Formats: sequence, C-alpha cells, structure tokens
Amino acid sequence: MSEQIEQALERKYEAGFYSEIESETFESGLDESVIRRISAMKEEPEWMLEWRLKAYRSWLEMEEPDWAHVDYPKIDYQAISYYSAPKSMKDKPQSLDEVDPELLRTYEKLGIPLHEQEMLAGVAVDAVFDSVSVVTTFRSKLEEAGVIFCPISEALKKYPDLVKKYIGSVVPRTDNYFAALNSAVFTDGSFVYIPKGTRCPMELSTYFRINEMNTGQFERTLIIADEGSYVSYLEGCTAPQRDENQLHAAVVELVAMDDATIKYSTVQNWYPGDENGKGGIYNFVTKRGIAHTNAKISWTQVETGSAVTWKYPSCVLKGDNSVGEFYSVALTRGRQQADTGTKMIHVGKNTRSTIISKGISAGNSNNAYRGLVQMGPRADGARNFTECDSLLIGDKCGAHTFPYIESRNPSAIVEHEATTSKVSDEQLFLCQQRGLDTEKAVSMIVNGFCKEVFKELPMEFAVEAGKLLEISLEGSVG
Amino acid sequence: MLSIKNLHASVEEKNIIKGLNLEVKPGEVHAIMGPNGAGKSTLGYVLSGRDGYEVSEGEATLNGKNLLELDVEERAREGLFLAFQYPVEIPGVSNMEFMKESVNAMREQHGKEPLTAAEFLKKAKEACKQVQLPLDFLKRGVNEGFSGGEKKRNEIMQMILLEPSLCILDESDSGLDVDALQVVADGVNSQRDGERSFIVVTHYQRLLDYIKPDFVHILADGKIVKSGDASLALDVEKSGYAFLGKEYAEGEA
Repeated sequence: MSEQIEQALERKYEAGFYSEIESETFESGLDESVIRRISAMKEEPEWMLEWRLKAYRSWLEMEEPDWAHVDYPKIDYQAISYYSAPKSMKDKPQSLDEVDPELLRTYEKLGIPLHEQEMLAGVAVDAVFDSVSVVTTFRSKLEEAGVIFCPISEALKKYPDLVKKYIGSVVPRTDNYFAALNSAVFTDGSFVYIPKGTRCPMELSTYFRINEMNTGQFERTLIIADEGSYVSYLEGCTAPQRDENQLHAAVVELVAMDDATIKYSTVQNWYPGDENGKGGIYNFVTKRGIAHTNAKISWTQVETGSAVTWKYPSCVLKGDNSVGEFYSVALTRGRQQADTGTKMIHVGKNTRSTIISKGISAGNSNNAYRGLVQMGPRADGARNFTECDSLLIGDKCGAHTFPYIESRNPSAIVEHEATTSKVSDEQLFLCQQRGLDTEKAVSMIVNGFCKEVFKELPMEFAVEAGKLLEISLEGSVG
Repeated sequence: MLSIKNLHASVEEKNIIKGLNLEVKPGEVHAIMGPNGAGKSTLGYVLSGRDGYEVSEGEATLNGKNLLELDVEERAREGLFLAFQYPVEIPGVSNMEFMKESVNAMREQHGKEPLTAAEFLKKAKEACKQVQLPLDFLKRGVNEGFSGGEKKRNEIMQMILLEPSLCILDESDSGLDVDALQVVADGVNSQRDGERSFIVVTHYQRLLDYIKPDFVHILADGKIVKSGDASLALDVEKSGYAFLGKEYAEGEA
C-alpha cells in the first residue's frame, strides 16, 4: 500500500512554468542604495524611505531565527535581487487591454482568468507579478462603495496619511528578522480600506507570482476595516520551477476597528522543490491582525507549497468581546518542511479564539504545528478552543505539535485537543473495492480530514482548495 | 460467471486457502459456511485482491476475465462487490459523495455518462429508504459514528446503488438483531434478478432462513469439503461441524 501512495505523491508541480516577459531586474545585493532606488522607483514620500532605512538598520543588527523545526542552508542575502518588474509596467496599464498579453496568459495558465473574473465571478483581483502589482480589477464598482483596493505603492501616493497611520502598527518594523527585511525592501502588495459600516460588495483577491530567477518577493499587505465594516480577502501564490531556492518574506497587517470583521484566506502553492529537496520557495511570512472591541478576525489558510514554511498568522484580541479564528490545512510531501500555526493574544475581556489546525504529512516531509495562546491579566472570561489534528501518509514523514499556553488570568479557559492518525490500509481498501483508484481514494480521505477547514473558505475557493489538494496528492499510479 | 479452480492463497506466508474450487452461475446464491479459521473471510479478500493476500496457485475468473491479473479497483469495476464484515469509517467524507464517486467510476467502466447530482440523489434516497436508514445518513461521514447494524445496512445500500454482477457478503448477519437481519436480507433479496449472483459467507444458518441459497458449501481448512442444497445448512445447525472430524466437534454450531 505505502508504495502505491508514494507513487501517488510523486506528482509534478503544475504551476512550474516560466513566462518570457521582458523585465527590469535589479542586480543582486542589498545595501542602503538599493533601498533608496526601490523607494525612488516607487516615487515614495520621504518618510517612507526613512522608515525603510530604519528597518534596514535594525535588520542588520538582528539574527536570523533558528527556533523553528525546519532545516535549510544559510541564505545569502547578497545573492538576491530585491526588485524585478515586467518592463511593460513602466507606464502602468489603466485597464486589462493594456496589459502584456503574455502576462495575461500566465495568469490564465494559473487558472486565474482576469478578464473573466472581472466580468463574471464578482471577485476583485489584484495581481502581483514579481515585485509589482500588475492589475487590479473591478475598481470602479468598489469605488462606488467607497472601498479602496489598490497596490500599496499606489496607496502611498493617493492615501499617504492612511498608510502612514497604519503601516507597522500591527507588525512593527523590528518585530522579527524577516519582518524587518520586508519593511526595508518591500516592493508591492495590496492595500484595502473599507469605510465605516460598509460591507465590501465582493470578495477581494490577490494573486502573487514570482517569475524571475534569483529574485525575492517581499510584498506587504495592509487591510483596514473601519468600524462596523466587513471584508473577505483571499490571496493565492505560485512560482516557476527552479533549482535554486527563492525567498518570499511577506508581511500582512490587518486592522479590524470596533465591530468590524475581516476574513483572510490564503491558498499557498509556491513551488515546493523537487523530490530530492532541490529548489523551492522559502516562505517566511509574518501575518498579524489586531481586533478592537467586538471585532472579528478570521484566518483561513491552505498551505500546500513552499520548500520551507515559517508562518504564524496571529490575532491580537485587544478589544473586549473580540474574536479570533485560525483554520489551517498544511500539506507537506517530498522534502517539504512546514512550521506553522498561530498566536492568539487575549488582551480584552470576554475575548474568544478558535484554532483548528490540520496537518498532513507525506513522503519524507516534516510538518509542525506551533501555536501560542496567551491570556493576559485583563482578559476576564476569555476562552480558547484548540483542535490540532495530524494525518500521516506513509512511514517516513513526521508530524510535530508545539502548543504554548500562557494564562495570567484565572477566569480564562483554554482547551486543547490533539489527534494523530494515519490513512489506513482498511480505508484505502474500502475505497478501491468501491471502484476508486488509489489517487482518488487518498485525495478523498485527505479532503474529508480537512473538511472543517474547507467549509470556512469562500465557496469558489473551497473548490479550488480541494482541487489543489487533489493535484498535490495525485501522481502516476502504475 | 465466477469460476475458481484449485485456488491456493496465503496471508503473511501462512497458507489459508488450499485448493479451493467453486463455480457460480448467473443468478445463483451460494452460501459458504464453516468453522472459525476455515478461510471464509480470506476468500472474499483474495477474490477482491486485497494487499497482503498472495495467490500462489490456481485461477479465478469473473465473466471470463482473469481476476488475479487485475487491481482491486479494476475487479470492483468488473462487477465484484464485497460487503465488509467490519466496515471502516472515513471521517469527513460524506456517504453521498463517496457513493457518487463510486457509482460514476462503475458507469465510466461501462461507457456510460456520469450521473448528475440530481439523478444520483434520487437513486440514493430510494436505496436509503430501502435499507431503512434515515436520509441524513447520506450526508454523514462514511460509517462515521454508525452502529454495527447501521454499518451493515450502509453496505447493502452501496450494493444496491452499485449494481454489481457478483456480491460477496462477508458475515453480513453478524451482530444484527432480527429486525436488522430482515432489512439486510430484504435488501439482498430485492437484488436477486436471475442474473446477479451472490456468495453469502456466514457462520450461522440463521441468515439462510432469510436469504434462501441455491447451494451450501462447507469450507474447512481452506477447502470446500462438502456441498449440498439448503438442507445442508440445517444439518450444520442441528449437529454442528462434528462430521468434519473431532477438532471441530466442540464449541461450534
């Protein structure tokens, strides 16, 4: 049986193509002049440059963290190019018709038909290609509702006060090594502002793609949901197949004002490297949201890609009665390593958080859940529920759970449940006896295991996530 | 239909089936009885191709196809259905979804279009009613939290939906009360159409009061040692397996 499953797992990465697009890429290396050049390219205000430089100087003093349950060779930060943009982006297109058709074909190959999305799906898309945001669809409709959804570089020009007020307010530029690096060199990302009392009329979505060789991607996303507003946001990511490792160090900051709700979903499918662990993306990401009174922040992530993942989308439950949720599916196979989880920081009274984590390990991979639940002294009546399930496929992979619970309030309640199970011979045999092949059977069993998380995804993306898992698990069954 | 000739099979290098012969013609119901450890369940697993069950000698064909050359799912698609003695749970996968995939895999094999969700739902509801399970069982995870009797009825529901040509029922009566037994038997009897064949593996004669066999075979030590009509099962009920020899005389009925 395990042999069949192994074959089923030896599946090629489908988004691994490279697009021939003329681009302008900085030579590799990082110093203050590179940061000045990035800032100048983006025509940024002076304060932004200063902010970047401060972040860079802090970063120089910091040490790369090594506490995660992952193992990778030392990264040479001077061998990375910190800026790459498709050439045709110099005069930013005003509509899709002006976008390089090759670029549009790239997105179509990825299953993101921008044209169609604009017309039919009712999903507004911001597409970030290497370092720049390529196109944001559906803008006029969003503008009618007063919603701002644009590349962060553009927001810096049009709404500098908003950006200045909130950037770094949730993830300070010295928060950690990778966040500091991102703060110094971030090139683009999405900016969202939902006005008071507004329900964003559609799902907002960003697709990130790393195309050029030896480039890093450092996007920065900032979402502000003003009082009583609601927004659902999804990001998807892919990269070409390459032998070298590429670095992705993003920062996402969410601000949910009183009574606001932010739902943030991620489908991450960066190139994971080949079966021997050659190549693949290092996904070192800092995501955090701050929830004010009665606000709610919900993170849902489906992580199937990347060679190494280091990622803990977190909630600071600052306001009374605020709610934090984290729903995660992390699938590792081949030589992939993931150390992912969340932090729920309960500050306000009667704050509630839910953590549902599903880790699936196959092949020679290692999958760790790392989560912190912290009940502060003022968090009277706060509650957390954590469920952490691991599924093992085959006998060469590992699943690890590192829960940290800190309670400084006697009235707070913390629950933690954890299970580990295997895809059993009996389950596979039942499926096969009913006419299903091994691939279908494994993917069905794994999908069932993840059901609690998938039902949290927006409808169309739940289907996408299910398919992605299927693709990640399928193979050439002999 | 099914033809087994001089079949030898082992599990973990232990010989369990030792020269078994069996011919099943379309529409026939064959009961296989025998003492514990005779190889009754093994036969079902060997025929369906379960991993770890090695055939060392002999042949088995279904509708002229050599079963032993086929993968588990290929045998299933050729119309071989095994109703499990202990059906396993698949958490989070709804019964509905599971059976729809399964039914469509069979249809594809026969060059038929897959059923639409609406078409399938109609069939599934009928089958569900037939085995007297509440309709919400279609939405629940496969066997997830089902009682023993519900699991057995769920197996029969799958059999009804899949329309196999050969059904092997592996102790489908074990652990059932009389009412549940009646439901299972009714389900099986409703599928007897003169074409579909059944192998009913059971430890007790009781089931055969409900599902009338055309032939009864006694399996002992990996071979069929005695065959007869339904009356043979009654003999076993009365006097146990004593006729097999001293080692079977006690503790069996």
